Amino acid sequence: MAEFTLRLRRFNPESGEAAYWEDHKVDLAAHRSVLEGILQARALFDGSIGIRCSCRAAICGSCGVRINGQPALACQTHLDAAIASSRDGIIEVEPMGNMPVIKDLIVDMEAVHWKKIRAVTPWLLAKEPVPVREYLVAPENMVDVTQSMACIQCGACVSDCLAMEVDPLFTGPAALAKAYRFVGDPRDAEHEERLRSLAEDEHGLYTCTHCFKCVDACPKGVDPMGQIMRLRRIAGNDMHIEDRNNGARHEHAFVANIKRNGILHEADLLPDSYGGKLHPRALPTMIGSLPAVLKAMRRGKVTPGKVLLHPHKASKAVRAMFKEIEGREQRYELNLYVSGRDEDDDGPRADEGNGVKDTRAGRGDGGGGGAAKAGAGR
Amino acid sequence: MPAHDVLIIGAGLAGQRAALAAARAGATVAIMSKVHPVRSHSVAAAGGINAAIAADDDWREHAYDTVKGSDFLGDQDAIEIMCSEAAEEVLHLEHIGVTFHRNAKGELDLRAFGGASKKRTAYVADITGQAMLHVLYEQLLKHAATVERFEEWFTTSLLLDGSGTCVGVVAREVRSGRMETFRAKNVILASGGAGQCYRPTTNALICTGDGIAQAYRAGASLMDMEMVQYHPTTLAENGFLITEGARGEGAHLLNSEGDRFMKTYAPNKMELASRDVVSRAEQTEILEGRGVGPDGQSVYLDITVVPRKRILEALREIVNIGRDFAGVDITREPIMVRPGQHYIMGGVKTDVFGRTAVPGLYAAGEVACVSVHGGNRLGANSLLDTLIFGRRSGEHAAARALSLPMPAVSDARLRDDAAMIDSIIARPRGGGRRISEIKEELGTTMNAEVAVYRDAAGLGRALEIVRRLREESGTAYIDDRGRVFNQDVLGAIELGYMLDSAEAMVVGAIERTESRGAQFRTDFPDRDDENWLKHIVISAGPGGEPKISYAPVTITDWPPEERKY
Repeated sequence: MAEFTLRLRRFNPESGEAAYWEDHKVDLAAHRSVLEGILQARALFDGSIGIRCSCRAAICGSCGVRINGQPALACQTHLDAAIASSRDGIIEVEPMGNMPVIKDLIVDMEAVHWKKIRAVTPWLLAKEPVPVREYLVAPENMVDVTQSMACIQCGACVSDCLAMEVDPLFTGPAALAKAYRFVGDPRDAEHEERLRSLAEDEHGLYTCTHCFKCVDACPKGVDPMGQIMRLRRIAGNDMHIEDRNNGARHEHAFVANIKRNGILHEADLLPDSYGGKLHPRALPTMIGSLPAVLKAMRRGKVTPGKVLLHPHKASKAVRAMFKEIEGREQRYELNLYVSGRDEDDDGPRADEGNGVKDTRAGRGDGGGGGAAKAGAGR
Repeated sequence: MPAHDVLIIGAGLAGQRAALAAARAGATVAIMSKVHPVRSHSVAAAGGINAAIAADDDWREHAYDTVKGSDFLGDQDAIEIMCSEAAEEVLHLEHIGVTFHRNAKGELDLRAFGGASKKRTAYVADITGQAMLHVLYEQLLKHAATVERFEEWFTTSLLLDGSGTCVGVVAREVRSGRMETFRAKNVILASGGAGQCYRPTTNALICTGDGIAQAYRAGASLMDMEMVQYHPTTLAENGFLITEGARGEGAHLLNSEGDRFMKTYAPNKMELASRDVVSRAEQTEILEGRGVGPDGQSVYLDITVVPRKRILEALREIVNIGRDFAGVDITREPIMVRPGQHYIMGGVKTDVFGRTAVPGLYAAGEVACVSVHGGNRLGANSLLDTLIFGRRSGEHAAARALSLPMPAVSDARLRDDAAMIDSIIARPRGGGRRISEIKEELGTTMNAEVAVYRDAAGLGRALEIVRRLREESGTAYIDDRGRVFNQDVLGAIELGYMLDSAEAMVVGAIERTESRGAQFRTDFPDRDDENWLKHIVISAGPGGEPKISYAPVTITDWPPEERKY
């Protein structure tokens, strides 16, 4: 047993007072959770401490909070780990971000999170005719969507989504991961319609800025950003959906830019995203970006030489990477539940090459635990 | 005042399935839950759902396994209904989107489970309950026009009219503290079990026996309440569930000598004997000094014998639990487990349509006792129970609503309940014990005396303590004086529900002077079919005291026989 100090963010909407911090000392073994610490404080000292919680085992998704500034489930975060990430040996617990606070650590999930979930038509639009028995589906497809199905709707990713902070209307990581759960599901009949509507929404698919915050935040390894990128790859590469937000074009321009230059040539990226320097759509955007370019020049971030004459060309290694990836017959996607090989690999999976078709799921080594960031395919 | 044909209390699998079925049958439906629906405890069900869908399987085999698992206390007519309707129900779930794992042919894959003679458990990795619950919630969103949702509303009372018919509920909106009377032609209780009567338990903090106590107080009967399931593999550290799917995938149980001790107790089924048998075996090993861990109170579950790739694909959640809550990589080393409270077979007595003794009041899921689980529930039969009897309750209630006018009710009960809440809030601080102390004492008492092994002396102590705690709960004080999210006052009301549930469990366990299923009396170690092949039924007497009666066990095709695994 050891003593830990919890610094809880308290807010009582009925008091007319602002939110404040309150310290409680709790006595628990170091591997016990922050939630257990809070529950001990509530049991022994103050029953009015508000926090949603139920299962205590990281499956119900109730106790999303920020611990030392980082989104997490209180039940999944050990006290010793929380001490290690604290600034001054005191564990700070506050409500999640991007959602209004109702009381203490309880936020209004309905006003933000659930509203966004409902916006992505979150139910199966089943292919007709519905079979008498089950739909026949490749095993890897079901394992693949299980990663987004593993989302427990805790809101941790929503809490710290930077794009949502800037654009509160952004559909956001949890709802987009939910969308992938249907787009990746071969039983759904409306993949293209779903993707089109997400792509055409100016607060939708292409609003994500790849900041990885949601990947770090997710307590279940759902990898929301990864699901968003998969939606984009299917929308842009497979279905060739050209959205009015220039999202798909921007992605293609980005890839082409790197292929050409090895590192990003920003002066080309912007016009290329709008169809090239001479494209009528590009001009207003380029003029519009001038103030930002001038500011960057004043601060020495760019020089006229760099803007106009990009000195880099893609190296042999970069070209080899593109060749390797573009030469694949099938795109490999990483997935937490699909583990292609490990030390006791028993050879190729039984289902390989047996005629099960329509598989977008690739194989990654998901053996690392946590988010699927481990190495690529076989 | 809201008014609906069918009002469902609880939004786990049973409640959501009931809501969708009633709406489909044309009823106006509302579903109410004290937590957001996806937080319901069904979310924690891991291993899967049983159905005889394989070509070489037959629902009668499933039914026989269930009867045998129940130690012949299950009602066989109800078991036949559950098992014969299972395949259709699982296929329905597949059709609406549950991401069941597939075999190489693309069909539903099936895994082995305890007490089953064949592989018949469909699954989604080891998050089957979560996947099913979230998919049903998707359907609630889809059918928002016909199913009204009251999320985070806490039911304080069932409303009865002058003739004792249930005509609605009183509830409090957690967020605002506002009270509301809900009129309904039918109320379906689907509010789950009462595992919080025990500490530790695999059950969530919300499993406080609300529906059991509400129905009991309204005049319904409770049945099989002595039958409390201890799951064989709960984490030694804190009582969290390690899915039976682990043993289904081939994991071994080992004692301190490294022996697969199940060979002594169940030489044929080994680790996949029914849960009561495995839990008792573990407890015996522990009591005889062959336990492991610092206090010798655990045994090892060795999952390393399962290929690592398969673990990562099919047992992902317990990889997380091992890592997060025990610091163990289950793919590389054994993990310490012990029997822990997991499920109550008993509950509100219903017929096969979910009807209770109170007209207009239905119950389905863990809150109910049909009885399909009898003395011991088979793994992966609880999800099935919730869906089959949730659906049947919803359909029956919708049909009953057709012929009834909307009842007229007053706000009298609302005023009583509001006054009750105010009086709890007004109790003087320091005037009694803290609610949390009483809950702690209740939980540790039940886990000590009403556990795997029981005897008259221990049960007597437990009853005395439960009754003292009830006295003390009358003056127990809380800290929160507010209206917004006053979880403190709801906790005080839940304590009352827990004490009612616990009392019925202890009274039933004292009454049953034999050993059957989960009830093992060291002072009556044998099964006694002559005297005890019957259900113990408990209802509230005139002064609120428990009154015992009996109900026969329905036997169709399978007369009682010796039970061996």
